Amino acid sequence: MTEAPLLEASGLSLRFGAVQALDDVSLAIWPGEVVAIVGESGSGKTTLLRVLSGLLRPDAGQVTYRDPEGAALPVHDMGEAALRRLMRTDWGFVHQNPRDGLRMGVSAGGNVGERLMAVGARHYGSIRAEALAWLERVEIDPARIDDLPRTFSGGMQQRLQIARTLVTRPRLVFMDEPTGGLDVSVQARLLDLIRALVADLGLAVLLVTHDIAAARLLAHRLLVMRHGQVVEQGLTDRVLDDPQHEYTQLLVASVLAA
Amino acid sequence: MNWAIRTEGLAKSFTLHLQGGARIPVLQGVELAVAPGECVALSGPSGAGKSTLMRCLYGNYGAGAGHILLQHRGVEIDLAKADPRLVREVRHETLGYVSQFLRVIPRVPTLDIVAEPLVARGMAKEAARERAAALLTRLNLPAPLHALPPATFSGGEQQRVNLARGFAPGYPVLLLDEPTASLDAGNRAVVISLIEEAKAAGAAIIGIFHDAEVRDRVADRLFELHPLQGAA
Repeated sequence: MTEAPLLEASGLSLRFGAVQALDDVSLAIWPGEVVAIVGESGSGKTTLLRVLSGLLRPDAGQVTYRDPEGAALPVHDMGEAALRRLMRTDWGFVHQNPRDGLRMGVSAGGNVGERLMAVGARHYGSIRAEALAWLERVEIDPARIDDLPRTFSGGMQQRLQIARTLVTRPRLVFMDEPTGGLDVSVQARLLDLIRALVADLGLAVLLVTHDIAAARLLAHRLLVMRHGQVVEQGLTDRVLDDPQHEYTQLLVASVLAA
Repeated sequence: MNWAIRTEGLAKSFTLHLQGGARIPVLQGVELAVAPGECVALSGPSGAGKSTLMRCLYGNYGAGAGHILLQHRGVEIDLAKADPRLVREVRHETLGYVSQFLRVIPRVPTLDIVAEPLVARGMAKEAARERAAALLTRLNLPAPLHALPPATFSGGEQQRVNLARGFAPGYPVLLLDEPTASLDAGNRAVVISLIEEAKAAGAAIIGIFHDAEVRDRVADRLFELHPLQGAA
């Protein structure tokens, strides 16, 4: 309980022309915690994820990442090379569209092995063995290891992206609508898979979703965003069972029984 | 009095923004203290706030005013003011809740659902599964069902999964919301003995029991709640 947060943001603001995409947003995430950011389209949740992960620079505010040695690193002032290294090692990013996170011209096994090689793995046999183990872990038939991701279904591609992201055991994973665009039955399988992996590996996850049921299933804590502001946050079941803000009440009331 | 959980001036009301900001007071000035080894049954007519009080105690409803004091890791903490991470820790180690309905997690086998809180408390996976299996079997859910996700189980079977999950860790404080509502006589007897064993082990238990027979067997006293004036 006394440990320091893994990632901490304070006073984040960002304007796109007339649109206030982020308005004084602060948050922290601790090791092993799954935090969901929910809200409707245009509420600023994806922008927030991009700012937190260093992909976008805010007009005001800062984001601090605490590395395994305990050093506090300013995400927007560490330099591009350092940020890229972080993205390869301590962090992972699961995109809504698996094509943004996979290399479509490289085999499934290559997609997983490439991340391992980027952190220094050199032995072909063990890289392939690890890739195989991960394909199985995300429920992809190991016989497909040499196939290109473009021959996979959307759900399989998303599972492959998750394997590619988690193989290096990042400490913090950003997920942007990881189940968006998938069939409901495929979504349930993927959610369950993410839930099990996150618990097994003790990952911290920042999850952006508009799917309240997915947030309830996965997240320990919830942040509700509207018009670039965090209007309510807290324990997931408390925010959903006892919503305080008018907008959260509307959001919860609008969900089909979940 | 030596207590495991205690409320001081606990109040709760709901503000319904979607109904023109209507404010519905449900609890006011609730003073409840439960000792280790004691079982207290909440009583009062429907609408008196029994379930609301249970949810406040577990923290899925935020307390409007007052304190919810709990002995956690040998220290007194106020759950009404605890941050979400502390609430999670308290739920792992100190405070259990058996709700009426199992919130089904798709595809997760019954055995893992019951073993999960044990693993979260640091028990080795195999030991946790053994304990989970023993408890499920005692609740008349035979081994062949343990590998199946409970989504297709009957209401009574799901409730027994929920009970196994709630009783397995041996929480110092346990909240039971109608634990025998859809059980037959044989399973009711099992639940009664589980409650008696938990009390003997020093657990403080707060329950809603509409089943008078069960209530008379397990409850040491009743805690009466009254509907508030002005409630909708």
